[in-house]
This record gives sequence, C-alpha cells and structure tokens, in this order.
Amino acid sequence: MDFKPCVNIRKEWDIVGARQLGREKAKEIGFGTVDQARIATAISELARNIYLYAGTGKICFEIVDDFEHKGLQIIAVDEGPGIRDISQVMEDGYTTSGGLGAGLPGVKRLMDHFDIISEVGEGTEIRASKWVR
Amino acid sequence: MENTKLDLDNYRSLLKEYLLTKNETALYQAEQFSKLSMQHNISPEEIIHVHIEALKELYPDLTQEVNDSLNFLLEAMISYGLAYQEFQTLREKQSELQSEISVAASMQQTLLSTVKPEIKGLDIGAISVPANQMSGDYYHFVTDKEDDTLGIAIADVIGKGIPAALAMSMIKYSMDSFPENQRNPSAILENLNRVVERNVDPSMFITMFYGLYNPGNETFSYASAGHEPGFYYHGDQDEFEEIEARGLVLGATDQATYRQFERKIKKNDCIILLTDGVTECRIGDRFIERDEILQVIKKYIQLPAQEAVEQVYKHFERLQEFQFRDDFTLIIIRKEV
Repeated sequence: MDFKPCVNIRKEWDIVGARQLGREKAKEIGFGTVDQARIATAISELARNIYLYAGTGKICFEIVDDFEHKGLQIIAVDEGPGIRDISQVMEDGYTTSGGLGAGLPGVKRLMDHFDIISEVGEGTEIRASKWVR
Repeated sequence: MENTKLDLDNYRSLLKEYLLTKNETALYQAEQFSKLSMQHNISPEEIIHVHIEALKELYPDLTQEVNDSLNFLLEAMISYGLAYQEFQTLREKQSELQSEISVAASMQQTLLSTVKPEIKGLDIGAISVPANQMSGDYYHFVTDKEDDTLGIAIADVIGKGIPAALAMSMIKYSMDSFPENQRNPSAILENLNRVVERNVDPSMFITMFYGLYNPGNETFSYASAGHEPGFYYHGDQDEFEEIEARGLVLGATDQATYRQFERKIKKNDCIILLTDGVTECRIGDRFIERDEILQVIKKYIQLPAQEAVEQVYKHFERLQEFQFRDDFTLIIIRKEV
C-alpha cells in the first residue's frame, strides 16, 4: 500500500485542509469538476462529523487503481464515542444537520462505495470511495 | 445521459438559440429540459456542468473569471442536489407508508364494522367519519333476539390516528369476549376499565358510553366512563336535555365503578350520542358552543334518523372547510311508537 496522505482534524479550519488535499488527489486521478465537487462535499461531511462528535480524528486518502476500479478512497478515523445505532444515522431525515440532505446518507449518495465500522466507546472508521468513469 | 433529449448537444443548441433570439420558445424548451432532467434524477450541479461545457463550446474565449465563477456556482449547488435526492427517497418512503396505512385502515373497518340493527319501533341513524385514515372513534350495536334489547356502545380514544385505532380494536375484542348475558351497562364499563387499565399505556385514555334499551319496559339504562354527554330530545316540547352520567375515563384506575342510570323513553323522543369530534368542531380558532350543535341537530331532527345524522355531518363538514380535526361520530335513536 502506498504512503497515505492524511489531514488531522482538530478544529473547524482543518475541514478546509482536508477538502483541499482531497480535491488535489481527485484532480490528479482524473475526476471531472462535478465529481471533484462531490468528493469535496463528502470530505466536508466526514470531517465535520469528526469535529462535532469525536473532537479529533483524521481524514486519509488512498488512491485505488486495480483491475476493476480507478478512484479515490476517503478514510475517516476517530476515537470518539462511536455510533450506537448505525442504521438510524444512515436513515434519511435523521441527520442532525436539520434535514439539509447531507449527513452520512448524503456521503453515501455522493460516493460510489460506503462502509462504516463503529464500536461504542472506541471510535468510528468510515471508508467511502468514488470511481473515475 | 443516454437520452437524446437530455444530452449536451441538445442543451447547447437550446442555449445557442436563446442567446441568438432571446425568445420564449427557447425558454419553454429549457423548462421542458429541466422537467426531463428531474425525471431522470439529474442533480442541479450536473445541469450547471452541462451549462459550463455548452458555454465553453459556444464561446471558446470565455474569460477565466467567468469560467471560475461558474465552477463556484456548481460547488454551491451540490447540497441542493443532495437535498433533492433525499427528498425523492423520502417521497417514495411516504407513498409506501401511505399504502400500508390504507391497508391497515381497511382492516380496521372490517374489524370494527357493526350492523345497524332494524328494530321495530326504533329509527336508528349512525355516522362515524375518521379525521385521518384510521379512526379512534367506535360505535357498536348489540342485539339480543330473545328479549329484543338493544345495546349501544360509543367510545373515543383521546388522541387519534394509528395508536388510537389500535386501542379501539382492543376494546372491540374485549367486548366480544364478554359473556352474552353480560348486558348491564355499569358492569360492561367496569370490565372494560380493567382491560384498558392492564393493557393500554397510562398516557392513553378512552371514554365510553354504554346504553341498553329494553323495549319490554321502554327503559333506557346507561352508564358513562367520562364520555362526552349525549342529549335526550323531548319530541313533544322540541327541546333537548343533557344526558347526565358521570364516571372516570377507562383505564385511569383499576378500581373504578360506574353508576347506572335509567329513564323511560317516550314516543317521538330521541337519544343522541356523540363524540367530542362533534362538540369540538372549530370555526377558525373558535370552538362551537354546545347550543350551536343543538340548533343544527334541531334543524334536522324531524328527518329519518339516518338522514338526520348525515345532514348534521354535512353541515359541520362544510363549516370546518371539509377538514375535520378529530374523528366524528353521531348516533340518533328515535322511539317511533
């Protein structure tokens, strides 16, 4: 596996840093402007979740290039309180953002693949990938 | 975007036409394009992307600032696109729920259906209309072939919708399970009270009136569990009298007892039973007075009972602009001979 570039999320400002790095990677791989914007929005959501609910964590990027896909994977890791009921946070309309259509279901929509592992009291790891078309 | 009408070429030619002619036809076509895009779940950011591409082809020398600003706009549209997709999903979910509720509502209708009995000497009218799809009101007639008595139950769950409807179904089945010879209004309410107390959430209350008419001695005996008082109509004087019967709502305590009252029914007199969906009709912000209800009932009381309850319902339906806030149930029983 390649060296993984990461951005630590400690303050709200770090969300911008994560977006920027993600967008650079996306451009590099060959995503168009619409997908770049979608990836950036997904990064925002994931980074904001870390900032709001876990306090600190990090957003890492991995370039995927195998026989099947070429794309970008975003990995959001924190050691926060974890998510007790994942099905609930994945439900539309549940978002704490006040029904702005974002939240984790929004991330899932913006990306092509989405996976989440969470242990209460230990933390959360979310992996979201998008493929170049 | 496989669809021929949805592609970049089409958008570009529409845009070009508009820029040249500035005419309404092109704008109308843009509207069609936008509708078609929505049908195909195209997000707003994709439309903007198509716009940028079309503009670049039409004007290859587009300044950097314009190009960048359009990309900025695209970025600003992403959340709208997400909200739109969420809306689509929620709309599908809503229609699924709707059809589930319709099935439940028709099940409820079958469960709670009661036959309006034909009893010699009595003219009976009954109407019950839910505010939403499912009703928290309930009425039921019980006849006895041996002694020709008629039992009438009318009940209202405080609250409406599905929880109320579920509680109502329970009431119906408890009543069905009581022994046949158990026709005594106060005993029926006492039994039901224990069932409700044991099985229903303490925050949910049910009011009920149970009456039993015995044609043998022309006596109406009744008891009430906190139910909206009905009326006794004196045919000879054309006047109403409130049927007084006090009692605790069902389910408040398992020790409740219900006092039973009796009265003789004269020829041309009526018993009028209702739920608070009738008395709590609103005109604008104001609840109507009980006197106003009586005026309306008086207006139609000379009609056959079924016609009368339907006319009263229609009157209030119109008054409330065809939007009832609570389930509406009204029963009129007239002694004809």
